[in-house]
Amino acid sequence: MDDRHTLGNRSKSKILLGIFISVFFLIFGTVSLVFGDDWDKSNEDKWNAAFMETVARGEKLFHGPELGGNTVQCAMCHPNATNTHPETYPKFQKQIGKVSTLREMINWCIQNPLQGKPLAYDDPKMIALEAYIMFERRNSVLAPGKH
Amino acid sequence: MEEGKLSRKDFLRGAGGLLAASIVPMSLVEIACGGRGKGTHEKFTFAFISDPHLTHIKGTNFVRNFDSGLNKAIETVNLMFPRPDFVVFGGDLAQLGKREELDHGMELLSKLKVPVKFVIGEHDYYLDLGKYWQDKISKLNYSFDHKGVHFVVLNSILTYDTWINRWKTPEERMNEMARLDNPNGSPFMVGDDQISWLKKDLENIKSGTPLVVLSHSPLYKIYKPWNFWTDDAEKIQSILDRFDNVTVFHGHVHQVLYNQIKNISFYALMSTAWPWPYPESYTQSPHYIPKMTVFMNRQDPFHERDGTGWAFVNMDNAREEMHYKLWENKDRIVKYDESAGHPVDSTYQKPESRILPQTHY
Repeated sequence: MDDRHTLGNRSKSKILLGIFISVFFLIFGTVSLVFGDDWDKSNEDKWNAAFMETVARGEKLFHGPELGGNTVQCAMCHPNATNTHPETYPKFQKQIGKVSTLREMINWCIQNPLQGKPLAYDDPKMIALEAYIMFERRNSVLAPGKH
Repeated sequence: MEEGKLSRKDFLRGAGGLLAASIVPMSLVEIACGGRGKGTHEKFTFAFISDPHLTHIKGTNFVRNFDSGLNKAIETVNLMFPRPDFVVFGGDLAQLGKREELDHGMELLSKLKVPVKFVIGEHDYYLDLGKYWQDKISKLNYSFDHKGVHFVVLNSILTYDTWINRWKTPEERMNEMARLDNPNGSPFMVGDDQISWLKKDLENIKSGTPLVVLSHSPLYKIYKPWNFWTDDAEKIQSILDRFDNVTVFHGHVHQVLYNQIKNISFYALMSTAWPWPYPESYTQSPHYIPKMTVFMNRQDPFHERDGTGWAFVNMDNAREEMHYKLWENKDRIVKYDESAGHPVDSTYQKPESRILPQTHY
C-alpha cells in the first residue's frame, strides 16, 4: 500500500473530523446555553425532592404490614431504622453465612420475622427501604465490615 | 451452701428433675431466696412478665414468635422452685388492643399456677380506652399489701384529650399510638385524677414501709420521640418523696434499664416479644438514658429469643434484687448498692468488665 496515499487520506479524515467536531460543538454549545442541563439550585431541589419522596415511600413500607405475611413491621424492632447499621455493609452476616449487602439482610428480615416474600434487588420497594434506612442513619461514619 | 440459698440439687428436686433441666436455664439455681436481711417484712419473691405484644393475624392465627415468647415465660415460672408468690404482668398483652388478642393472652396466662397482678399498657388501651380490659381482666389502678410491702399499680399510659380526639376511628387512634417512632405521638401521663387517688391511697402508709410502684411506662423522662416518657413523672415522684424505700418496676422499653432518682429506684423489664435498641443509637436527637445503666447485649435476630427475657425479683432486706433472665444472652443481676446509693449491675458495671457484644453491632 502507498504510504503517501494513506497519509493523505489520514490528513483529509483529520480535517473532516476537526470540522465535524467544531460544527458539533458550535451547534450543541449554542443550543445547550438555551436548553442545556447545567446545574442550578432548581435542579438540586428537584433531585432532593425525588430522594425525599423515595425516603417517604420507604418510611411507609417500613411502618406498614405490606412487606410481610404476619402483620409484623420493620419498625417494630427498628424504630427510626436504628440497629440496621447500613454503614457497616457489606459485612459477614451470620444469618446468611457469607459477606452480604444491606439488601440481602433486608430480605432476610422480610422472610423471617415478617414471614413475607423477598424483594428483587432492583424492586422500587427495595430501593425505597434502602433510601429510608440510609437517611435515618445519615452522618454515620462509613465502616464496611464492622461488627 | 449458704443459708437461704438454693443449691442446684435442691432446685432440680423441687422442680421435677430432668424435665426442668431441659427447659429451665440452669442459671436459675443461682437465685437467692432469703439471706441475712434486716428487713422487717417477710421475705418473698415475685416474677415479672411483660410486653408479649400478642398479634392477631387472621382467624385463629397469631404471630408464632410472640406466642412462643410468652409461653416460654409461663412455663418457666410454673417450674420455679420455690414458686413465686405472684406474677406481675407489665402490660402490652395485645399488639392492637383487639379482643382476639386479649382473649388469646388471657388463655395463655391462665396456665400460670400463681395469681397475676395486671398493669395495662398502651397497646391494650387505645382501641377502646380500656373498656374490655376493665370488664374482663383487671382494674386500671389499684393497690395491695403483701407481706409488709405496699404495692401500687398505676395506669401510666394516659394522654391528652386533644390527642385522643384527633383521630377519626378507634383503629386509627390505636395504630397511631402503636407506632413507637411516631412523629404524631403524644407523651404518656398518669393524670390528676389518679394522682389524687395515689395521695389518698398512701395517706395511712408509714414512711418506713417498703413501697413498690408498678407501671407500664417509666415514671421518669428518657426519650420523648419514642415515648419513653411520662409527662407528669415529677408530680408522682414528689408524692413518693417521704418514703424511705421506693421501687418502680415498669415495662414498655423492652431493654435492660435502671435508674435512681432521689429515694426511688427504677427498673425496666424485658419484653418477651422483641427487644428495642437504646434511644442513643438514633443520633438525630438527644436522650436522657441514665448514665448508670449498663446496656444489654445487642440482639441477634438469628435467634428469635435474643434480646428478650423476663425478670425475677427478690425482695430481701427491704431492697429488691433484679434478676434479668435474658434467654439467649448471659443473665444479669442488678442490685441496690448501699454505698453507691443506687442500683448497680453486679457483673458489668466497670467498663473494663463489659463483654464485647455490649458495644459492637
